[in-house]
Amino acid sequence: MIELEQVQKRYDDGHVALKDVNLSFKEGEITAIIGPSGCGKTTTMKLINRLINPTKGKITIQGEDISRMDPVTLRRRIGYVIQNIGLFPHMTIAKNVAVVPNLLKWDKAKIDRRVNELLELVGLPPETYANRYPSELSGGQQQRVGVIRALAADPDIILMDEPFSALDPISREQLQDELIRLQQDLKKTIVFVTHDMDEAIKIADTIVLMKDGEVVQVGKPEYILRHPANEFVVNFIGKKRLQNGPDYVPPTVDEVMVDQPVVLDPNRGLAEAIKTLEKKRVDTVLVVDRGRKLLGSATIYNLIEHYGEEGKTLADIMKPVAHTVSPGTPLSEALAIMSEHHLSNLAVVSEDNRFIGLITRGSIVRHLTEVYPPVQSGGYAYV
Amino acid sequence: MSDFFAFLVERFPDLLKALQEHLIISITAVVLGCLAAVPLGILLAGNRSKWLHSLVFGIANIFQTIPSLALLALLIPLFGIGTKPAIIALFLYSLLPILRNTYAGFTSVDPGVIESARGMGYNKAQRLFQIQLPLAFPYIMSGIRVTTVYIISWTTLATLIGAGGLGQFIFSGMGVNKKELIFLGAVSAILLALLADFVLGIVERRVSRKVKPSQSASAV
Repeated sequence: MIELEQVQKRYDDGHVALKDVNLSFKEGEITAIIGPSGCGKTTTMKLINRLINPTKGKITIQGEDISRMDPVTLRRRIGYVIQNIGLFPHMTIAKNVAVVPNLLKWDKAKIDRRVNELLELVGLPPETYANRYPSELSGGQQQRVGVIRALAADPDIILMDEPFSALDPISREQLQDELIRLQQDLKKTIVFVTHDMDEAIKIADTIVLMKDGEVVQVGKPEYILRHPANEFVVNFIGKKRLQNGPDYVPPTVDEVMVDQPVVLDPNRGLAEAIKTLEKKRVDTVLVVDRGRKLLGSATIYNLIEHYGEEGKTLADIMKPVAHTVSPGTPLSEALAIMSEHHLSNLAVVSEDNRFIGLITRGSIVRHLTEVYPPVQSGGYAYV
Repeated sequence: MSDFFAFLVERFPDLLKALQEHLIISITAVVLGCLAAVPLGILLAGNRSKWLHSLVFGIANIFQTIPSLALLALLIPLFGIGTKPAIIALFLYSLLPILRNTYAGFTSVDPGVIESARGMGYNKAQRLFQIQLPLAFPYIMSGIRVTTVYIISWTTLATLIGAGGLGQFIFSGMGVNKKELIFLGAVSAILLALLADFVLGIVERRVSRKVKPSQSASAV
């Protein structure tokens, strides 16, 4: 258990990073601290391993006041993972993982065993990776090493400062999943700083929302989603417009439409059009000329029907678009048109018949998941 | 040509002596330069005050711009003649390039690397010797290499204030208009500089190979 009591941090230049923060981090849980940049989340985390010392207030770990501990000794007991990974480029992967055990002067055999065990744990076979240098690994692999380096000396507490935010989305997902998997066995007390609400909801047992150096709300992800404390939290978690909210603004087609749907030029051949549909996994293509004027649409059935007639182009087989809406139309109106005429999609076009976007069933579902963020994903990342 | 060989054989003991003097002067100057400039560079890299930077680099720059002959002459009233003033002058010349490279080497270390070292419980000395110095070493080494090469060539001037070295041959050759002497002094000095460059180049490649360049993940 880590506790912060009435902690304040004022920098030398007068900037107040934290105003009276009271927090406790439960043992064996992942606590995500989240908030916009400059909210004090990283400062809060760095107080725990004394990379930053508070101006006022008390921080205790298991009841022990950390201001009385030697910072170097304290840090060796706490795992630390940073956003820029911070692997030592002049050391091999094995050496990097062994950093803290070496500082703690473990014996060599024990260190080797531990390093191999950890590399196996994150799917980096030691015989391949132990003697490589960090620059020879991909970003995702490097951060895996960053994570196991923090685990090396088996600390009870691990601090992670936006550890996955510099990675590509696929590696990020993988590492999040891996962290969840590791945590099931390890049960470490993890303080995880992030600015990504999806990430916090996915991995955290408890979420701490911060703003301007203050804690706005603390709770389980489910609780925060259902009972946001105030407008800031609502915005942050992406519940942009709750149906029952007092200042409810009905959504318009502009928010729901796909603005880059599959469109093709009228001169394209049919085989080409089928290929495009196959690639984009859709069943309808809109035919749009160079000036973005909407000319018609063709479904996969039209295309197959005329497929034998070589030499025909989309212009020959497309059907005119009977129903369109203009930008700014309320979504409810668009939905009414779609259900009345059994449309699978509806084009949004401007006054002068220029194509703007397309409402599809998929885009409606996506929009709804943003309005009602489910626990797993679909929340709106704050950028 | 055979004349020259006869001459070389005759003067060989002198050559060895001059070579020895030359090496002692150059190496002493460079070693002293490293001892002064490397710690100074480290200190500056760890220090944020702007005026201190400009002061130190300004002074080192001034030494660099004084013509070598003038500097040697200036030192005579202060330190007399002989090896001592020569070493002092060349030492002053070696400061700037070593200082600049050390500074560049230390500031080039990724702040993320230093932060993670701090966060994992490296104390200050461990951070310096196990992280920063190894990572900055290729830079420092290339500074030392460049400096050594030109200090060796400038040492030929040291003879003018009575410090000996290979320059002796050149200047006495000029005095008595003896081409062999000039040739011997000049070629030996050139060969010595090339050899030093070659050897230090090997050392430099060794250390750079060990320190693999870091690939930042944020560049993805």
